[in-house]
Amino acid sequence: MREYILKRLLLLIPTFFGITLITFFVIQLAPGSPVERKLNIEQGIRAEAITKDIVEQTKKLYGLDKPIHIRYWIWLKQIATLDFGSSYKDHRPVIDKITERIPVTLSLNIISILLAYFISIPIGVCSAVKEGDFSERTVTFLLFALYSVPSFWLAMVLIYFLGGGDFWNLFPVYGILSPGAETFSFSKKALDFLWHITLPVVCLTYGDLAYLSRYQRGSLVEVLREDFIRTAKAKGLPESKVVFKHALRNALIPIITIIASILPAMIGGSVIIESIFSIPGIGQLGFEAVLSRDYPVIMAIATISALLTLVGILIADILYVLVDPRISFEGRR
Amino acid sequence: MSSEESRGYWATVWKEFKKDRLALAGFIVINFLFGVAVFDNLLAGSRPIVLKLDGKYYFPAVFNYQELIGVDFKEVGANLEKPDFAVFPLVRYSPTENDLLSVLTPPSGLHLFGTDDRGRDVLSRMIHGSGISLSIGFIAVGIASLIGIVLGGIAGYYGGAIDFVVSRLFEIMMTFPVFFLILTILAFRDPSIYNIMIVIGATGWTGIARLVRGEFLRLREYDYIDAAIALGGSDFRVMMKHMLPNALAPVLVSATFGIAGAVLVESGLSFLGFGVPPPQPSWGDVLSQSQKYVDFAWWLVLFPGAAIFLTVTAFNLVGDGFKTAVDPRLRKRKF
Repeated sequence: MREYILKRLLLLIPTFFGITLITFFVIQLAPGSPVERKLNIEQGIRAEAITKDIVEQTKKLYGLDKPIHIRYWIWLKQIATLDFGSSYKDHRPVIDKITERIPVTLSLNIISILLAYFISIPIGVCSAVKEGDFSERTVTFLLFALYSVPSFWLAMVLIYFLGGGDFWNLFPVYGILSPGAETFSFSKKALDFLWHITLPVVCLTYGDLAYLSRYQRGSLVEVLREDFIRTAKAKGLPESKVVFKHALRNALIPIITIIASILPAMIGGSVIIESIFSIPGIGQLGFEAVLSRDYPVIMAIATISALLTLVGILIADILYVLVDPRISFEGRR
Repeated sequence: MSSEESRGYWATVWKEFKKDRLALAGFIVINFLFGVAVFDNLLAGSRPIVLKLDGKYYFPAVFNYQELIGVDFKEVGANLEKPDFAVFPLVRYSPTENDLLSVLTPPSGLHLFGTDDRGRDVLSRMIHGSGISLSIGFIAVGIASLIGIVLGGIAGYYGGAIDFVVSRLFEIMMTFPVFFLILTILAFRDPSIYNIMIVIGATGWTGIARLVRGEFLRLREYDYIDAAIALGGSDFRVMMKHMLPNALAPVLVSATFGIAGAVLVESGLSFLGFGVPPPQPSWGDVLSQSQKYVDFAWWLVLFPGAAIFLTVTAFNLVGDGFKTAVDPRLRKRKF
């Protein structure tokens, strides 16, 4: 086990370099040099008046006068100390901008993932047990359809019907706290927060929910066909015991590890949903950075979220070994 | 099975596929969308399909005529005298023409799906947008499949160091927030339809590559592969002729789901304003305009959203039916 974890940690190194290389490469795709961009942003209309001197000075300031591989190396050394430079937009350190927004995105996504798991496992179990039944087929089809609904569309529909259009005005559609919430007591603030994030969380959750339910159903159906389930039934165990004690344990393993593939989609999903609901999280920051070509912020978000996902995958893999003692990673290729 | 003639593999798959009514319905929907996309000029547009003018036949919806440049077909169509005639498309509005007199009108007899904030007919924009959505879906997945098959194939076939490198590549691509990456690249390169296809394809190959790698690792152990190598088949030939056909079914299933995903990604990009450049119509583009008028312009939300949803569901249903059809273990068991 320890050997396996050590091996996985060592394998993180090439992956980490790959991640930084790709981010660095993507940024190089940008037309015009970052210097011109930066000066454009700062000087607005006077951009054409930029003299060569100013360009050279700024290049030196940001180390852009050096060849590309040296720049990559410098950048790597910087991010090793979590120094992602400062935003072109407001000159604040990028890492500060990100850390102040991480809690919002993280809490939103954690709530959403927990909800998805808590709802999808019972749905999956029910529909696996009642396989072939009419109600099961209906639910399965509805989940399937739900999975195909574009989240931004659902967001618009929810805003239209529940967010104070021609219909009900039940939920706020802007931000995460009411104006003046700083003076609220803690519990009131928490409720206000939950009230604000209801619609965004619905939009973030339903897709994973549908996916996980189907996945749970599939894996339980497969386990229920195994010989040891027949044996358990044959020795006269009640159905509930067979399902919950014998089958579910085995069927839960794949659904736990699938979290590794949900994690990377989190930031992507947050970009759209946070922009629609004006939630001050990483997704919105990322979208704003893309709109204003704020390189340091884009690089930092791509790198940090990739690294967090990498750690997430590692944890999921280790969980896999912990929950299923039959699996030994030493023998796996 | 006794009296039945043995069928080819794909005939069996098709027979199994047809048993799934939902999948078949999805397949019909996809064919319908294809029809709409191919004949978009005949279904919607301001130029007549057939025009007989002064004894000469023209097909202005399909071809451009030198002598008809600058002709207002609406007026011409209204003032024709026998035996001249004009046959207009079902929807008589061009997807790109602005009409400031009918801005944001709700669905009516004139504009079945209403108009957007420049008075453009939403139905016409959606008909012309279907081709863009479908072609982005297909070509992006084509690119992704190509990369996936090549990388997954050589990783599974050669193993060892090559496999190690390719596996790290999977891992790297998997950890990136792909949608954010696509957005970034499109912010730097102009979001033309080709760039969108390439970017979605170049970031979406990991699933297929993993599949192909797994299949190739498994197939590599079979005796017939050893036999093919012993007979002097080159690596390329063994991979293409002997291994790939056996790994193709799961790849095609995965590609079908991939198209659904690519259509979703494209509409999301258009929604955020990084889709196909205006005035080219696309479903996500119509939907993105609804953001500004969400409190009343329900037709800008409903129709394009329904089109995206229908397309994605259809591809997912077909993928699901296909998956069951190619995998004997998933077929309905008869007890």
